[in-house]
Amino acid sequence: MNLTIALARLLVFPGLLFAIPFAWFFLWVERKAVALMQGRIGPPFMQPFYDFIKLLGKGNPPRTGLAGALMKIWPLLAVSSAAGAVALLPVLPHYGGFQGDLIFLLALLEVPSFCIIAAGFSSRSIFGEIGSAREAVLSVSYNIVFLLAIVSIAASQHTFRLDALAALPASPLRWLGVAAVLICLPAKLHLNPFSLPNAEQEIYAGPMTEYAGPELAMWELAHGLEWVAATGLVATLAAPQITLWWLAAIVFVGLSIGIVLLLSVLASATARLAIDSTVRFYWQCTLIFAVLAISSALFMRFRS
Amino acid sequence: MCYCRRRSPWLFHMNSGSCNGCDIEIVASLTPRYDAEQLGVRLEGSPRHADILCVTGPVTRNAVNAVKTVYDQVCGPKAVVAIGSCPATTNVFIDSRTLEGPLSKHIPVDVFVPGCPPRPDAIIAGVAKAAGILADRAANKPTPEPAPLTVVETTGQEVRA
Repeated sequence: MNLTIALARLLVFPGLLFAIPFAWFFLWVERKAVALMQGRIGPPFMQPFYDFIKLLGKGNPPRTGLAGALMKIWPLLAVSSAAGAVALLPVLPHYGGFQGDLIFLLALLEVPSFCIIAAGFSSRSIFGEIGSAREAVLSVSYNIVFLLAIVSIAASQHTFRLDALAALPASPLRWLGVAAVLICLPAKLHLNPFSLPNAEQEIYAGPMTEYAGPELAMWELAHGLEWVAATGLVATLAAPQITLWWLAAIVFVGLSIGIVLLLSVLASATARLAIDSTVRFYWQCTLIFAVLAISSALFMRFRS
Repeated sequence: MCYCRRRSPWLFHMNSGSCNGCDIEIVASLTPRYDAEQLGVRLEGSPRHADILCVTGPVTRNAVNAVKTVYDQVCGPKAVVAIGSCPATTNVFIDSRTLEGPLSKHIPVDVFVPGCPPRPDAIIAGVAKAAGILADRAANKPTPEPAPLTVVETTGQEVRA
């Protein structure tokens, strides 16, 4: 992959130019699905776009010193790493990935979460600090399951290349891994049963409490790009093999929207869990399945 | 930009000693029957995120400083909606020595939504009007003067000087 292709993928497709409208679209699908589930009509189609433009035009609270500079950096870092994660998705076949791009994608997907934790602590707001502490605890809980599931998929298919994973026929173990990843997605995207870090109204706005204007717009954008990257990763792992590239692209987008709908319906049908219940859920209930998946993957690998 | 500001009013709800009647009606305006989210309204948890400050209650002596602080925390362009008769006139609590109201003594109010409590559709209409005022003000268009308590005459009460 040379520099031109890498830049084109980061900036045009499936990077920023493609992913930003898609991020807004996913945010709208989420809000609309929640509204429909509650018997409301919900926001108009362009609502996330209006919100973004409006936030860009608002003022920023004054920020001084090192903490102020850090607070300005975190949202930009979150947006750029989420955009990088989207750019790594093998939406088109023969795009030229590299060995280990799955690991790089996982690392980039983790950066926005770190940025949120750091942003809450550098805002020096008590609500931001509570939200960051919750995000840190949540991150430790779901990431074990998430990473074990991904590693079990990669081990069962003998590769850490995304395009190779997408091209290989799915084994039963892979479906177990995809299910485990799906269980972790609500926590990764701060959706309702696990929406502890940004618990609206309960701790004001969590780590985002002190953010306003363009910085908040960047956080919203990073959240949307996270949606695109996380659902895209699951769609890559779950999509069937199709040789026609346009049909494959339609199936990919359709699967992503299906996952967004599934998560939104789950979010509107559940209430927020307390932190101890969340941690117990991930460490006691789902970790067993992840360990089973990875041990059977390794076992099959030694047998073959 | 002007259109986007009009279509995306985010609210912060501030209780300055209200009896909770108006607060319930604000929440009711977000429910399936009234569904203010069609206008892009979102109730935000932090005043930093908000465009429109919705104040309920007659502004008690304890709440004055909080109201001023929260008003300063909202980043511009911003608008203030006084919800209910209490922030407009202090309502039945007029002449109470524990009050510092009405609200317009402390922060500039753009829209008054009278009623005790006002209906949710009146609240939504007030918020939509405030969003228009906010967008026009940010675009340096002429905006109507802050409402001069004309609504008070219908309730037959006088404002304490």
